[in-house]
Amino acid sequence: MLAKRIIPCLDVTDGRVVKGINFLELRDAGDPVEIAKRYDDQGADELTFLDITASSDNRGLILHIIEQVASQVFIPLTVGGGVREVEDVRRLLNAGADKVSINTTAVLNPQMVADAASRFGSQCIVVAIDAKKVDNQPFEWEVFTHGGRKATGLDAVKWAAYMASLGAGELLVTSMDRDGTKIGFNNPLNRAISDAVEVPIIASGGVGNLQHLVDGVKIGGADAVLAASIFHYGEYTVKQAKAYMAQHGIEVRL
Amino acid sequence: MKKIDIAVVDYGMGNLRSVSKALEHVAPQKTILVTNNPAEIANAERIVFPGQGAMPDCIRELDARGLRQVVLSAAKNKPFLGICIGLQMLFEHSEEGDSAGLGLFKGNVKRFTAVDMKSSSGEKLKVPHMGWNQVYQIHHNETSATKPHALWQGIEDGARFYYVHSYYVKPDDEQMTAGFSEYPNRFTSAIAKDNLFAVQFHPEKSASAGLQMLSNFVNWTP
Repeated sequence: MLAKRIIPCLDVTDGRVVKGINFLELRDAGDPVEIAKRYDDQGADELTFLDITASSDNRGLILHIIEQVASQVFIPLTVGGGVREVEDVRRLLNAGADKVSINTTAVLNPQMVADAASRFGSQCIVVAIDAKKVDNQPFEWEVFTHGGRKATGLDAVKWAAYMASLGAGELLVTSMDRDGTKIGFNNPLNRAISDAVEVPIIASGGVGNLQHLVDGVKIGGADAVLAASIFHYGEYTVKQAKAYMAQHGIEVRL
Repeated sequence: MKKIDIAVVDYGMGNLRSVSKALEHVAPQKTILVTNNPAEIANAERIVFPGQGAMPDCIRELDARGLRQVVLSAAKNKPFLGICIGLQMLFEHSEEGDSAGLGLFKGNVKRFTAVDMKSSSGEKLKVPHMGWNQVYQIHHNETSATKPHALWQGIEDGARFYYVHSYYVKPDDEQMTAGFSEYPNRFTSAIAKDNLFAVQFHPEKSASAGLQMLSNFVNWTP
């Protein structure tokens, strides 16, 4: 049977992997190529790179990193961050990315998601959704953009279904309330989106221990679980995470 | 013309870099060329025929570059590895866009229904079928009783490979099926016929099992 996937996430800025808390307070976590190889050796099912480089000067660095990783690591690579036009998607795919994740641009210009999917295929288009629980709307979770700074007025669950209908092949759902907190995924959010769409969803934001990964699949209905800090700082290896999930009855690639 | 060991057929659909990188990794001493030139494809010793995106678009782009005949000829005459849509295109017809394939083999390409697809534990199954699934090998015994196909050598029966697709092939001739996976029903995920082997999964993205298959292909003498 199809295995649930574990995806370590590497936030990259200026050529280095970093990790923040609630999108702030970045700490250096190492060299992206070395980290990618280590996770591949540990049995990671895919890798996700998010380019959070602020200045446009260093944007090209991510292409170089992906080229290096893609010639040494033979599992699917997703790259996101700063993807604004179809040409950006092409450049990343040519560098060796297998999927490209689109976030802010999907909100500003949904047609770009449709264009990219029709040109390169849905299999390589991931739409990233940053969602936060809100009290001032007729729905529970709102979509935010620009690294979580701008509210959009969009209902995250409806937005997810709309993105899938435009051709997104997968959805990366990040709970901004949980990101970096280590208190676990936002399972009600993930479950609501997973039930609303046909495409796979990746749960992201908040993993602090291995039980959180199990809950993300069993309670949240995630097809894949993404985590960063529990792996970067050596608290757990991907292998340990998979062994734990397998013990709890989740199908994984061992 | 320079000798080409492996030509990866490029008809402008999707990313072929992953395929060529993985081939370079397993065969550093070979000349590997990503090409849309019919003469280079005709001259290459072996052919990799990948594919991404929608099958009707792939067929259209293949024809736009005048590659149909050279690909069909290679599929009959030299070591040939189809990947993903490169498997699907070999058949007569696809439900995707209700479109015609190359028709080398009798059979159809069908879509996972998605509606009411459930795992044994009752979870909704998503489409596309995306991720790592077990591939079970079928060893037909018309040639030898138990010997696996050369492309399965060194690969455990039931090893996991990486998939991403919404359609699967249903060959008329079941003897062609060299491997299958389950989602939730059994579907053909590898076919073998003489000099041709084609798979629905992505060996270039399937870590050690995938690299082993590519290495087997590079060294295969059908």
